[in-house]
Amino acid sequence: MNASAPGGTGLPRTPPCVRLNRAKARGRGLALTLMLLCALTPRAWAASIEERMAPCLACHGDRGQSTNPEVPSLGAQTSPYILIQLFLFRERMRRLDIMNDAVKGFTDDDLRAFADSIAKLPAPAPTGDPTDPARMERGRALVHQYRCNVCHNGDLAGQNNVPRIAGQREDFLLKTMREYKGSIRAGYDASMAEVLQPVADADIVDLAYFVARQH
Amino acid sequence: MYRAQISVAKFALSIGLAGLLVTTVASKLCAQQAAEPPPWKQGQPAAIADSKLAPIAPPPLPTAADKLPLDKLKVKDGFKIEVYAAGVPNARTLRLGDKGTVFVSSRLQDKIHAIVTKDGKREVKVIASGLYRPNGIALHKGTLYIAELYQISKIEKIEDNLDNPPKPTVILGDLPKDEPHGWKYLSVGPDEKLYFQIGAPCNICMPSERHGKIYRVGLDGKGLEVYAYGIRQIVGMDWHPKLKQLYFSENSRDWLSEDVPEDKLNRVTQPGKDNFGYPYCHQGNFADPEFGWGHSCSEFSKPLALLGPHSAALGMKFYTGDGLGNQYRNVIFLARHGSWNRTVKVGGDVVVIRLNGDGTFRSMEPFITGFIQDNNYVGRPVDVLPMKDGSLLVSDDFNGAVYRVSPAGGHVAEK
Repeated sequence: MNASAPGGTGLPRTPPCVRLNRAKARGRGLALTLMLLCALTPRAWAASIEERMAPCLACHGDRGQSTNPEVPSLGAQTSPYILIQLFLFRERMRRLDIMNDAVKGFTDDDLRAFADSIAKLPAPAPTGDPTDPARMERGRALVHQYRCNVCHNGDLAGQNNVPRIAGQREDFLLKTMREYKGSIRAGYDASMAEVLQPVADADIVDLAYFVARQH
Repeated sequence: MYRAQISVAKFALSIGLAGLLVTTVASKLCAQQAAEPPPWKQGQPAAIADSKLAPIAPPPLPTAADKLPLDKLKVKDGFKIEVYAAGVPNARTLRLGDKGTVFVSSRLQDKIHAIVTKDGKREVKVIASGLYRPNGIALHKGTLYIAELYQISKIEKIEDNLDNPPKPTVILGDLPKDEPHGWKYLSVGPDEKLYFQIGAPCNICMPSERHGKIYRVGLDGKGLEVYAYGIRQIVGMDWHPKLKQLYFSENSRDWLSEDVPEDKLNRVTQPGKDNFGYPYCHQGNFADPEFGWGHSCSEFSKPLALLGPHSAALGMKFYTGDGLGNQYRNVIFLARHGSWNRTVKVGGDVVVIRLNGDGTFRSMEPFITGFIQDNNYVGRPVDVLPMKDGSLLVSDDFNGAVYRVSPAGGHVAEK
């Protein structure tokens, strides 16, 4: 129980069983040790990463797909991107009370474990709302004009620290792009503020429409 | 797509209707139709179809000391490199206090750290937090000056208060709040004034009256004036030890091409008048395809040297000591953070720039290399800092670490 990391506030830290859960996949020999450790650990520590993720999935959707307005789907999101966001929430550099509270006291290893687990959720399905071909065509052209496809990847599934946006909730895409443009949401770096600086709101609307409908 | 079909048709014609070949071409066309790209890919320039060029944000958590890429970093023969301090998240600008404290800024996180050496042990401590993009720091007569995105503040007698430092006091507020190129570099000039830039709030655009300039202001925040015009973004400045002129590295625009334009080394020779060309002219000889019409590069102050395309030339300092040997006296050490907007990465090194007696450029050569391995970053150098013992520190914002370079043979000469 010597898990130490900066930012610890005395709140629950990663119990050995959680860290070992990840190792379990690598070797069954650990299984017994794991069971013993978990059995010997105080009750508060005993929760598996899956159990600890339950409150996240209650809002973000348990199959990677959110059904709540302006709450993002997290399925198949890239792990490095999730790690950055969880870090920003923990350090209160990205302010949202519910998220700041959710990760308060998390250790660095907690953040890594959650990022890795969330990234394994299935990708969200694109919105089932009716599709207007003309708007799709405009959105497709804008994706290329503003080079979204270069960083977010051709299929908009993201890469490394650049997030998956394909199939994201349209309302969340809209809100996020407007916040970046208005410097309301500070990204970890200034990339999105720079990209969105010349983009008109009408284009943002069409981009969100198109991106939300990508697999 | 249409053009491709025409060229295929021309090709077919040119081969003179040789039956077999025509059949081959036709069958290839059919195969192409069968494997038609998905709708989102149509019209995408072929050259960037598989491109994954993207800004590379460093991991938010610093790399553990034993995982730092020291074995990958190659320093010039006769020198050695070691870890000075690990666990300095997003380590950016380096500054030295009179009592030997090393101050380290951050661009993406909200803190400034101090590295204190006591009884041979180094300790990294937070001395300011809750700051916004505090990239620029400067030390002058015991006072730490901090340039955040939109304001400049100070903490007096900082080295006497490292364990319980007071909150910074704002001396200049209300700077633009634009995120792009909003982070600052800060330097104190020989005239005891603060120098900083307000970068262009974009990759390429017509900046407003307030943007794209170097400013200077008194240490009390009074007397703000423009020092130079036409800059895009600066993350490194220093003063020529003899000529007392301001030298600075400048990052040029992206997305024009792989190789043009290059980043620049500039020098201000006409304070308040020099215009370095942005957004009209890049690298001193290339008019911008959009904003350059009606302008000639001859209207603008020329760069002293070109520092590589997209190479992200950042922190630079004149080295006035003799701890690294005579051939390094009065050279510029400059950290190239490395490119993102280029297929084959360039930069990712610390270079030595030698000048002629009149301050013009003579040569540039690598000093520390190896931050790029297999076209990926294992670290990214940001700033350099000559120490009193003659060694050279280098910050790495990717790993959150500071390295130290000294002669391989033993201790560097004490001053």
